[in-house]
Amino acid sequence: MRGWMGKFRSLFLFGTLALILSGCGQENLSALRPKGYGADLIFDLMMISIAIMIFVFIIVMAIYAFVLIRYRQKKGDEDVVPKQVEGNKTLEIIWTVIPIILLLVLAVPTVQATFDLADQSTQGDDGVLTVEVTGNQYWWHFNYQGEEVSTSQELYIPVGERVYLDMKATDVIHSFWLPSIAGKMDTNPGENINTMYLEAYEEGVYWGHCTELCGPSHSLMDFRVIAVSPEKFEQFKEDLRNIDPEAEPETSTAQEGQDLFNNNCMSCHAIGNAPMGVGPNLSNFANRERIAGILDPTQENLTDWILNPDEYKPGNKMPAVFEGEQFADLTKEEKRDQAEKIAEYLLQLDHSDVGVDAPTQSEN
Amino acid sequence: MSHDDVLNPKQLPHDPEKATLEGKNKFLGFWFFLGGETVLFASLFGTYLALNGSTQGENTPEHLFGLELVFIMTMLLLTSSLTSVYAMYHMKNHDFSKMQMWLGITVLLGFAFLGFEIYEFYHYIHEYGFTFRSSAFGSAFYTLVGFHGGHVLFGLLWITSLMIRNQKRGLNLYNAPKFYIASLYWHFIDVVWVFIFTVVYLMGKVG
Amino acid sequence: MSTAAAQKSGFFATLWDYLTTVDHKKIALLYLYTGGFFFLVGGLEAMLIRIQLMKPDNEFLAAGLYNEMITMHGTTMIFLAAMPLIFALMNAVVPLQIGARDVAFPFLNSLGFWLFFFGGVMLNVSWFTGGAPDAGWTNYAPLSTTSPGHGVDYYVMGLQISGAGTLIAGINFLVTIVNMRAPGMTYMRMPLFTWSSFVVSALILFAFPALTVGLFLMMFDRMFGSAFFDVGLGGNVIIWEHLFWIFGHPEVYILILPLFGAFSDIFSTFSKKRLFGYSAMVFATVLIGFLGFMVWAHHMFTVGMGPIANSIFAVATMAIAVPTGIKIFNWLFTMWGGQIRMTSAMLWSVAFIPSFTIGGMTGVMLAAAAADYQYHDTYFVVGHFHYVIVGGVVFGIFAGLHYWWPVMFGKILNEKLGKLAFWPFFVGFHLTFFIQHFLGLMGMPRRYWVFLDGQGLNTGNLISTIGAFLMAIGTIIFLINVIYTAYKEPKCGRDPWNGRTLEWAIPSPPPHYNFVQTPLVRGLDPLWVEKMDGKNEMTAAEPLGDIHMPNGSILPFIMSLGLFIAGFGFIYQVDDSAWLIAVFVGMGITLGSMLTRSLKDDLGHHIHKEELERDIKKGVGK
Repeated sequence: MRGWMGKFRSLFLFGTLALILSGCGQENLSALRPKGYGADLIFDLMMISIAIMIFVFIIVMAIYAFVLIRYRQKKGDEDVVPKQVEGNKTLEIIWTVIPIILLLVLAVPTVQATFDLADQSTQGDDGVLTVEVTGNQYWWHFNYQGEEVSTSQELYIPVGERVYLDMKATDVIHSFWLPSIAGKMDTNPGENINTMYLEAYEEGVYWGHCTELCGPSHSLMDFRVIAVSPEKFEQFKEDLRNIDPEAEPETSTAQEGQDLFNNNCMSCHAIGNAPMGVGPNLSNFANRERIAGILDPTQENLTDWILNPDEYKPGNKMPAVFEGEQFADLTKEEKRDQAEKIAEYLLQLDHSDVGVDAPTQSEN
Repeated sequence: MSHDDVLNPKQLPHDPEKATLEGKNKFLGFWFFLGGETVLFASLFGTYLALNGSTQGENTPEHLFGLELVFIMTMLLLTSSLTSVYAMYHMKNHDFSKMQMWLGITVLLGFAFLGFEIYEFYHYIHEYGFTFRSSAFGSAFYTLVGFHGGHVLFGLLWITSLMIRNQKRGLNLYNAPKFYIASLYWHFIDVVWVFIFTVVYLMGKVG
Repeated sequence: MSTAAAQKSGFFATLWDYLTTVDHKKIALLYLYTGGFFFLVGGLEAMLIRIQLMKPDNEFLAAGLYNEMITMHGTTMIFLAAMPLIFALMNAVVPLQIGARDVAFPFLNSLGFWLFFFGGVMLNVSWFTGGAPDAGWTNYAPLSTTSPGHGVDYYVMGLQISGAGTLIAGINFLVTIVNMRAPGMTYMRMPLFTWSSFVVSALILFAFPALTVGLFLMMFDRMFGSAFFDVGLGGNVIIWEHLFWIFGHPEVYILILPLFGAFSDIFSTFSKKRLFGYSAMVFATVLIGFLGFMVWAHHMFTVGMGPIANSIFAVATMAIAVPTGIKIFNWLFTMWGGQIRMTSAMLWSVAFIPSFTIGGMTGVMLAAAAADYQYHDTYFVVGHFHYVIVGGVVFGIFAGLHYWWPVMFGKILNEKLGKLAFWPFFVGFHLTFFIQHFLGLMGMPRRYWVFLDGQGLNTGNLISTIGAFLMAIGTIIFLINVIYTAYKEPKCGRDPWNGRTLEWAIPSPPPHYNFVQTPLVRGLDPLWVEKMDGKNEMTAAEPLGDIHMPNGSILPFIMSLGLFIAGFGFIYQVDDSAWLIAVFVGMGITLGSMLTRSLKDDLGHHIHKEELERDIKKGVGK
């Protein structure tokens, strides 16, 4: 199938088109700059369909332009009665049959690609990773099946290998979209588990969005997929398995932060491998690309977030802990001070230095 | 055609329900309406079939349904459909009092059916604690069968009010289409019940 | 003093007249005014959405409010603007095109309007009672079933009531077209607008009950504790998606097909040619209508139906491109060899062809199931459906209004202003929506309250917003045109466009019985046939005689009002069972008026021959 499409690509129009379109959009976010198997396959399909459509459009527009220029009523012709043509069998057959042929040309690769992307033949084989993906309002959880590793918001995958995703949701329907690698699939609440797969061609940090309206902060439910070499991925798993959730931080403020965290946050958040909680798992937090999927990873942002999560993600379920009763007698500054300590603690949770070597992430 | 002609019970053609344009319109329009109703019940059946396994482990169809009761209900409704055919037969022969009689029997059978249905629901709720809210199956069951029951009730009120309204003045070109489409509606209700009997009760008990 | 009183009674007399009217021409105006109003409301919502998305991380609207805005924009535009405006055209034109004096069920026609009216009002009341629905116009469960407040309840009740009205209107038009055609008006002589109205009415009949059921299930879940969409009790959220799209996809064709019909009539009239390939056009219309029911799941490719279902629905969807293509080419060849007059109506129609072709093309692209894994729920889809709905439906409504304004008001909309409104709207439309295809592919999902800076989406969104303002300017100029025409333009008299079909054979606007004598139809484009025989009017199929007309009635208004009251009762009985009183009172009013309708004879009235003769002397019928 790939070779068949490769030939198409060599067509002049097709090549130019692909070239123009692939200049579009942010790297690692745009469906027009495929960096993985699924996205690549879909991109080719897209190009075939665009080529066919542009062909049709040109024909329609040519007739259209001719008709409008040639057959405008001229001054003095007001009483002319044109010939009342009933129709033309030949023409009508032509514009019925040709579209059918064009659609068949499109339908065949469509069906092939649809089955290709639904393939689950290697799932469960030795060494093939399956990740259980869970959509929550408004965060993502990833459990690496059989690996005793779990992360939230950021999914690590080995480059060049198929990684299956078994997807569901806990509350409402979400949809997992990773445009530059593989397209999207809904995560449904209930028994219904959907499966798709990712296969990244090169190392990188890829941006993903939620694409099914899921509440006020639907647009803020971003996630990242970090593709690293298989060796580094092994290392990553190893690192995360060895997390000691109780590990004592070095600085004293971070230690105070740890105490505050343990007393106020642990009921929802876990560190290290654990079943999915009410809130995201915070393993390896120091290496997060974003806080809560959207904010730059600075201590100030994290402090602000802890103090008032609803301001940054309206309708999310994380409470503003310091507005609780047990902190009622603290002043505003004291609360901020406390939150800063938690932030400092979290930002030193540097459990794995596995990452993408070259900075592929350009912010503009 | 003047108003007097329309309201005069003396001169009736053979198909009084379709003799006027209004009658023809009602006749055709009601068939279309039944087409829409078919989609409505098809959607309800689809929902029911999707959810009839979602019993949450208790009060399954096999456990709940008793075919004896449902069989009697089916017979009542089927018979009432037949009696409404007799009524329409007499309408075409312009025998108003016989038509009223057969419609009366239809209504009685309909109320008997409805009584059994209410008993059935009452029984499920009080004997088994099986309600509209207990499971998705419960919701789907009561909605499907309840929608049908609602149609039965509406049909009964409709036919009854037609009978009372026209008791004194007899059959004419104005009310003949009304009687006719009411009986069409009644047949439709009967057909839906046949499907409910098969899909809900028989398949629930056997499958 | 006395004149003021007279005016006052004049106002109330007019009001009463419209509240009780069963005349299809007046009902058309009611649909036009209400639909037009809701079009402006929906447009305002659209502008607020575009302002919010003008720049990254914008705080113009709050997140919750934004979701209410997109939900109400979609719902309003589809159900409360596009559909009633289409019904306005259908009511104004279809009975005339088939040579009928009224529709088959004038009473139900009025009931259909009032149900729609109260449903639409109910939906919009939610803005003032604590928040509009916020789960998207598609209202997917369980987001909708768990949405706090009463917004979604208003969605459910409002659409249930107005949906009932639509269903009634659909049945009415079906029967009208089957039973009320003038002698000689065979099916294959019906104008395309009538044909498409017929197909659309059938689509309404078979599509709306699915929505009715979906809304009932939603209502039971939200208000009476059932468990259809509650996965905790074994419910299944995908059922809503299926029911919604079994209705929702035909709905798309319900919107576009009547305008296909309108365009066909307009192209034919302003090219001075009969429609090219008439029978193929009819066939294509029916086929699109039929296929419209086979493809609903293409809205659900990413739901996880599996590759087999996805492939089947993908190929079925692509098949729709064939009849649609046939239509495009037939329109082009209708103009081919004709004498094209570029009136405003024609300008909108001509602009429709490229716009809709692009929309159709992206439609085929979306049909490719695998590729839809990228497009789905992104701005690509937003771009696509606005290309078909604005480029097709809205352009068609503008074209139809320009074309049939004489039938409705006896005047031609000012042509200069008409063209002046067209250009900013047309340019703005392409500016707004073309770029959205690219935004989608570049990673912007649909229904996003904010997009973040640094994702390469800024320029595209700004362009889109600028385009939206141009569209707003075009709409405002059109409104100015309507007012200007009402005050300044002269009456246009009969047949201002050199028309071909029966609506132009009678005075514009028509007398309330439409045809003094039922016309005899002798071919396709009946008026044109007579014109070619050197006559300028139809041959009568009957001698001059008394005309039977239906009586007006206030009952449709009261019935709908009852449901409106009961709707509030249903919504608020969740909070306080005292509201059940409203349910009983409202349902009592509705059922009571139904009973009244059933028991009280309504035989209509006659317009006597003498009266008609007097009218003819005054010039009616010439």
